[in-house]
Amino acid sequence: MTISDSPFLTDKAALLSRLRSVLPAHCLLADAEDLRPYECDGLTAYRELPLLVCLPENEGQVLDVLRICHSLKVPVVARGAGTGLSGGAMPHAQGVVLSLARFNKILRVDRDARLAVVQPGVRNLAVSEAAAPYGLYYAADASSQIACTLGGNVAENSGGVHCLKYGLTVHNILRLRMVSIEGEIFEIGSEAPDAPGFDILALMIGSEGMLGVVTEVTVKLVPRPELAQVVMASFDQVAQAGDAVAAIIAAGIIPAGLEMMDKPATAAVEPYVHAGYDLAAEAILLCESDGTPEEVAEEISRVTEVLTASGARDIRVSQSEAERLRFWAGRKAAFPAVGRITPDYYCMDGTIPRKRLAEMLAAIAGMEQKYGLRCANVFHAGDGNLHPLIMYDASKPGEWARAEAFGAEILELSVKLGGSITGEHCVGIEKINQMCVQYSTPELNMFHAVKAAFDESGLLNPGKAVPSLHRCAEYGRMHVHHGAVKFPELERF
Amino acid sequence: MDLDDLLLVVREACQSGRQLRLRGAGSKDFYGGMLAGDVLDVRAYQGIVAYEPTELYVTARCGTSLVDIESVLAEQGQMLAFEPPRFSGATLGGCVAAGLSGPRRQQAGAVRDFVLGVKLIDGTGQRLDFGGQVMKNVAGYDVSRLLAGSMGTLGLLAEVTLKVLPKAVAEETITFEMNESEAIACLNRWGGQPLPVSASFWTDGRLFLRLSGARAAVEAARRKLGGDAAVDGKNLWDSVRDQTHPAFAGPVLWRLALPSTAAPLGLEGLTAIEWGGGQRWLRSDLQAADVRAVAAKAGGHAVLYRAPESLRCLEGAFAPLSPALLALHRRLKKTFDPKGILNPGRLYAEF
Repeated sequence: MTISDSPFLTDKAALLSRLRSVLPAHCLLADAEDLRPYECDGLTAYRELPLLVCLPENEGQVLDVLRICHSLKVPVVARGAGTGLSGGAMPHAQGVVLSLARFNKILRVDRDARLAVVQPGVRNLAVSEAAAPYGLYYAADASSQIACTLGGNVAENSGGVHCLKYGLTVHNILRLRMVSIEGEIFEIGSEAPDAPGFDILALMIGSEGMLGVVTEVTVKLVPRPELAQVVMASFDQVAQAGDAVAAIIAAGIIPAGLEMMDKPATAAVEPYVHAGYDLAAEAILLCESDGTPEEVAEEISRVTEVLTASGARDIRVSQSEAERLRFWAGRKAAFPAVGRITPDYYCMDGTIPRKRLAEMLAAIAGMEQKYGLRCANVFHAGDGNLHPLIMYDASKPGEWARAEAFGAEILELSVKLGGSITGEHCVGIEKINQMCVQYSTPELNMFHAVKAAFDESGLLNPGKAVPSLHRCAEYGRMHVHHGAVKFPELERF
Repeated sequence: MDLDDLLLVVREACQSGRQLRLRGAGSKDFYGGMLAGDVLDVRAYQGIVAYEPTELYVTARCGTSLVDIESVLAEQGQMLAFEPPRFSGATLGGCVAAGLSGPRRQQAGAVRDFVLGVKLIDGTGQRLDFGGQVMKNVAGYDVSRLLAGSMGTLGLLAEVTLKVLPKAVAEETITFEMNESEAIACLNRWGGQPLPVSASFWTDGRLFLRLSGARAAVEAARRKLGGDAAVDGKNLWDSVRDQTHPAFAGPVLWRLALPSTAAPLGLEGLTAIEWGGGQRWLRSDLQAADVRAVAAKAGGHAVLYRAPESLRCLEGAFAPLSPALLALHRRLKKTFDPKGILNPGRLYAEF
C-alpha cells in the first residue's frame, strides 16, 4: 500500500541545502543505499523510500529540521527503532524520516520518586535494566521490548502481555516534552499526579506521530514483584476456555497475564519449543500470578479452583522459574513457529469483548472453510486482544486475495462484536481503510480537526492513522512473507 | 429525556449562540472557574446502559448518580477503583468532566485511566462516539481520555464507559504518629517496595495507610510495617473520599498536585497529604500567586479548590498555562465547540 494522491512535491536540492546548514554531515542521509534501511518498519509489506533521513543529536537540531520542513512544506515521519507492525513509520516518498535513534540517553532514574526521564530513542528494556538496581521496573513492557523504543511506545500506545493488570503505555507515562511541526516546545504532563488543563498527555499517547515529535519521556517505575508463577490449563472445547477466562475475572482475580492458544497454534509451537503443551486439547490457557509469595500462593490456589470448575482437563502450576519460562516459551514463539509451517501468514490485531471469544473462534473456523485457508489463534485473552495468524502461500494464485478477504472479515467481525480493529499495533498505513468500518464520518472529521489543531499544515506522518473520507473503500493487513518478519529474533505476542 | 432531546438543545443553542452550563447534580458547582450560561440539567438522562462484570466495564448515561452505579457494582463485588468523590448526588457525567479522583488514585490510577469510551455531544450538537467497551483500543486518537477533566468545555459527555475492577479480598487500615516530613519520606520509601498500599492520608501529626489485596499479602504487609490498627478505617476513607473530613473544610482550600517526593513546602495551613505525597491540601489566605509559585517551584501546580466564586474568577481556579499550551487549548476548544457555548470560562477565563 502506498500513500496516493499526495499533495506534496518536494524540491530535494533546496531541502538538502537548508538541512546541511543545521545538521552535521553524519546526521543526514541522502544516498539511496543509505536510505534503504528506512524504507519500511516491522511491517515489511509496505515500503517507500524517503527523500532524506535526518538523525539529529539534540533537541535544537530537531527544532531546526522541523522548522525547515514546515517552511518548505515537506512531510516528516518520526521513527524510533522501526519495529512497529502497522507501517506507522513507513516513509513518505516526498518527505524526511526523522530518526530519533541518537536520542538514546537515560537522563535520570529517580528511585525515591519512582520515575525515569529518558530520551525517546531509549529501548523499552533498557529502562527496566537501569531501574533494576532499585528493585523497580517499567511495567508497560511491550513484547518487542529488547528493541522497541519509548518514543515508539508513546506513538503507538503499546500493550503487551501484562496490560490487563499493569495498563498500557498511556497508564505508565507521566510527562512528555514535545516539539510541534512549527518548532514550538510543549511540556505535557509533569512529575506531579496531574497537570492543569486538558489531558493532552492522553491525546499524545497513541497518536502515531501525527501530532508532534517527542524529545523526552518521563515514565513511571513500579516495584518489581517478588515472585511470578504461571498456571497452564488445557480444555477439550474452546468455548470452555473462553468461559474460564470470564470465570477468573468474575472471581475477582486480575492476573498479571492471561493468554490463550488454540489447537493449531499449540500444534505449530510444540515441535519448535517443547513447552510441554497438551496437544490433544482444543485450547490452552496460561494464567500468570505475580506479587509477594503469600499473594501468589493465594491467587494460584483460587485460579486453580476456578479452572477446575470450568472443566479444565489438565492443570499444571510452574514449580520453578525455569518451568514458568518454558510454559511461556511456546506462547512467545507462536509467530515464528507458525512461520515454519506455512510459507506466509498475516497477523491480525482485533479486540473483542472476552465473552465473544468462543463465538469469534467458531466464526474463524467457518472462515477457514469459506476461504480454504488455515488459521492459528493466539490471544491476549485477558483483554480480548486477538492475534489470528492466517496461513497462506503467496506463490499460489488467488491465495493472497483469499487471505486478505479472510482477514477483512475477522476485523469487521471484531467491530461488529463490540470491539476494535486494533488493540496494540495501531492503525498506521496497514489498517487505514478499516478505520472507516470502526468510525463514521463525524468521528473521522473530528480526528482530522484534532490533527489540525496540532499540525495545521498536515506535515506530520501524512496519510497515516486517519483515512481521508474518500479513501474509505478497501482493507489492508499485515503481510508476512515466508515467515520473514523483520526482526525475527524479537518476541511477538 | 432521551439523547435526541439533549442533541436538540445543544444544536439550537449553537445556532442561536446561547451559552449553556452543563450540570448534573451540581455537587461540584464550587469547583473551577466562572459559572456562566443557562443551566442544562442532565439528571433526567440517567440509567445504566450496560454492565458486564466479566468484561470489567460499565456504561451509563451522564445523569446516573455514582451511588447508584456503585451499588450495582457492589452486588458483583466490583468498584470504581479511582474512588471519585460522591459529594451529594454526584453524577457520572460530572465525575468524568471534573476529573477528580479519590484515595485509591495512588495505587489504581485516576479517572482518565479508567475511561474506555464516551458518547459525546459536541458544541454543534453533533453526536460522536469515541473509544468503546474493550480494554485495548488504539484506533484513532484517544479523545475519550482527553475529555476527562475538561470541565464540560469540549462537549456534553452523554454516556461514558468506565473500566471497573474487583474489590480487594481484604482491606485494613493502620496508623502511625509522625510529622509531615517523616510521613513524606516513609510514603516514598514504601512506595518503592512491593507493598499493597492502596491509600494514604496524613493529617494533624498522624499517618493512615490502607492496605488492600489478598488476605495473606495484607497480613504480611501489616507485620512488616508495624503501626497501630485504626478503628473504623472504612469511615475514615469515606470521609477522605467524599471530603467530609475536617481537613477539607474552610473558606479557602488549595489542592496542590506535586511530585510525591517534594519536601515540605513550608507554607502555613497544610491540612492533609494524600496519594503517597502527590496531593496536598492547604487552608490558606496566602496570595494565589505565592501559592502557585511555591507549587511550581516544587514541580507541581496549585488549584484554588474551594473558594468564593469571586476569588476563583479573579485568580483563576487552575494554574495558568504557558502561552504555547494556552494557544493549543484554544484551538482544541474551537475544534469541539466552535461557537464557545459550552461551559465558557469554567476551566480558563480565556475560553
